[in-house]
Amino acid sequence: MSSIAAVSDIQLEKKSSLWLDAWCRLKKNKMAMVSSFLVVAFFLLAIAVPILSPFPIDEVHYDSIGMAPNTLHWFGTDILGRDMLARTFYGLRISLAVGLTATLVSFAIGVVYGAVAGFYGGKVDALMMRFVDVVYGLPYMFFVIIVMSVFGNNILILFMAIGAVSWLTMARIVRGQVLSISQKEFVEAARSCGVRNRTIIFRHLIPNALGPIIVYTTLMVPRTILVEAFLSFLGLGIQPPQASLGSLASDGASAMDLYPWLILFPGVVLAILLFALNYFGDGLRDALDPRMKK
Amino acid sequence: MFRYLLRRLLGAFFVVVGITTFSFFMIRIAPGGPFDSEKMPPPEIMRNLEKKYHLDEPLMLQYARYAKDVLVHFDFGPSFRYPERSVNEFIDLGFPVTLRLAIYSMIIAVLIGISSGLIAALYQNSRWDYSAMAFAMLGVSIPDFVLGPLFQLIFGLKLHWLPIAGWDGANFYVLPSLTLGSMYAASIARLTRGGMLEITRQDFIRTARAKGLSERVVILRHMLKGGLLPVVTYLGPAAAFMMGGSMVVEKIFDVPGLGRHFVNSALNRDYTMTLGLTIFFSAIIVLFNLIVDIAYTFLDPRVKYE
Repeated sequence: MSSIAAVSDIQLEKKSSLWLDAWCRLKKNKMAMVSSFLVVAFFLLAIAVPILSPFPIDEVHYDSIGMAPNTLHWFGTDILGRDMLARTFYGLRISLAVGLTATLVSFAIGVVYGAVAGFYGGKVDALMMRFVDVVYGLPYMFFVIIVMSVFGNNILILFMAIGAVSWLTMARIVRGQVLSISQKEFVEAARSCGVRNRTIIFRHLIPNALGPIIVYTTLMVPRTILVEAFLSFLGLGIQPPQASLGSLASDGASAMDLYPWLILFPGVVLAILLFALNYFGDGLRDALDPRMKK
Repeated sequence: MFRYLLRRLLGAFFVVVGITTFSFFMIRIAPGGPFDSEKMPPPEIMRNLEKKYHLDEPLMLQYARYAKDVLVHFDFGPSFRYPERSVNEFIDLGFPVTLRLAIYSMIIAVLIGISSGLIAALYQNSRWDYSAMAFAMLGVSIPDFVLGPLFQLIFGLKLHWLPIAGWDGANFYVLPSLTLGSMYAASIARLTRGGMLEITRQDFIRTARAKGLSERVVILRHMLKGGLLPVVTYLGPAAAFMMGGSMVVEKIFDVPGLGRHFVNSALNRDYTMTLGLTIFFSAIIVLFNLIVDIAYTFLDPRVKYE
């Protein structure tokens, strides 16, 4: 009896060892760990800013217009006397929300599309991937802008539009993974047991392709944040009174010569956020798939 | 070869047709007409206006007319916002500026990117490698709309070395091109490093070294060709992104290019202009991707044009 218990223990250990190994490798990567702490800290700050900040986000103070950073207003104030620290982290909150939602949308589309193409193979695969190839080369920013100008500046539409154009690489990655996994014996076994296609895709193929999917999803967050900031900077994204890091930078850029801190702080926060997310994603890739390390 | 080219050209044409169709109907389902404003003109004038722009016809007929004008005559019609000017006039004025900006940025990106990627790969895991890659990561992470104003602040307002805005000669080109190029330089550096490191492990490089070629010849003759293939593949999408990025840079540096016209048209709801410029930009990029793909078949002997 005891030997059976020992065997199953070993198997349990083996089962979790991929993720444990990855975790050990990730812990050793100092830059990735620092980055993940930064990201978590930013998240918490973005959530807690209304509680922590003594200044409401949109309260206008005409007696403190365009103040340089000081002990009371750490990030200074803008041309309406609003506290920039509160506004920057409020903007961060919207940027993070956009990044996560749009990533989720593109994740859902990309995973399903790639899995279906990779699973059915043959003509279906060729047709579906040909479509991805064609759309891949197009300037998707133009289409997001068309959608934004046609449907008005609705934040939900913004989420959807960004998500809808950024699923292509995800579809390619998932398809490649699924293609190789579906050749494995356990999938054949499932098939021979008469398991339905849909169940094979969702139960067997996608979970086994999870590593690269997680890595790419992490790397997609900074990209979607960047797209949102880009649109907001052009005036086509978030509309006042709401603000994201991109629209704050846009406001700041127009008054840069007099109030340089208006662009400096949102810009630096955005750059640190993107830097940390990119480094964390890279570290995660190295940890989950050491072979992919370049 | 000829058949391959023909097939690719035909494919590219159909992509442009698809874009035209998609964008046309996208714009048309927009709520509100182009002549809606606070002061509604009398109905007779409205009718005349609609007649002039063929808006009274059935939608499919309008589409057929538009597609024929665009795809056969390269005529994008009048701007709705500035009725006395055509979209083509805007393209004639703005596109050379945007193209020049994109070319300079691409040159900067390729020069900086490939050289720093090479240094990083040849001295792997050295101090040079780490600092080059940290810089590349920084370049990817700092968006152009933060970098641009930063450059303006440092080189324009503080040091007075370069003009901060406008498009009037060589020294006006420096900051916009640098801003637009930096992000691509960073990506190219990472791709170059990855590609070169992969090539270093190949057998034919060992053979080249074993037969006593000098290190310089090995690198220049054998490694670069294969090592830079990922960079070549990247240039197609990079050009597409660059056209998008030029919108921001043109706004920051007040460059009279096509990207700015596009953004303004989207903000002003100048639908024919948005539509025309989308089709125009997409066609340019489809063409560019085609050129990159064809160049690729020449560079990589493993790729065969089917």
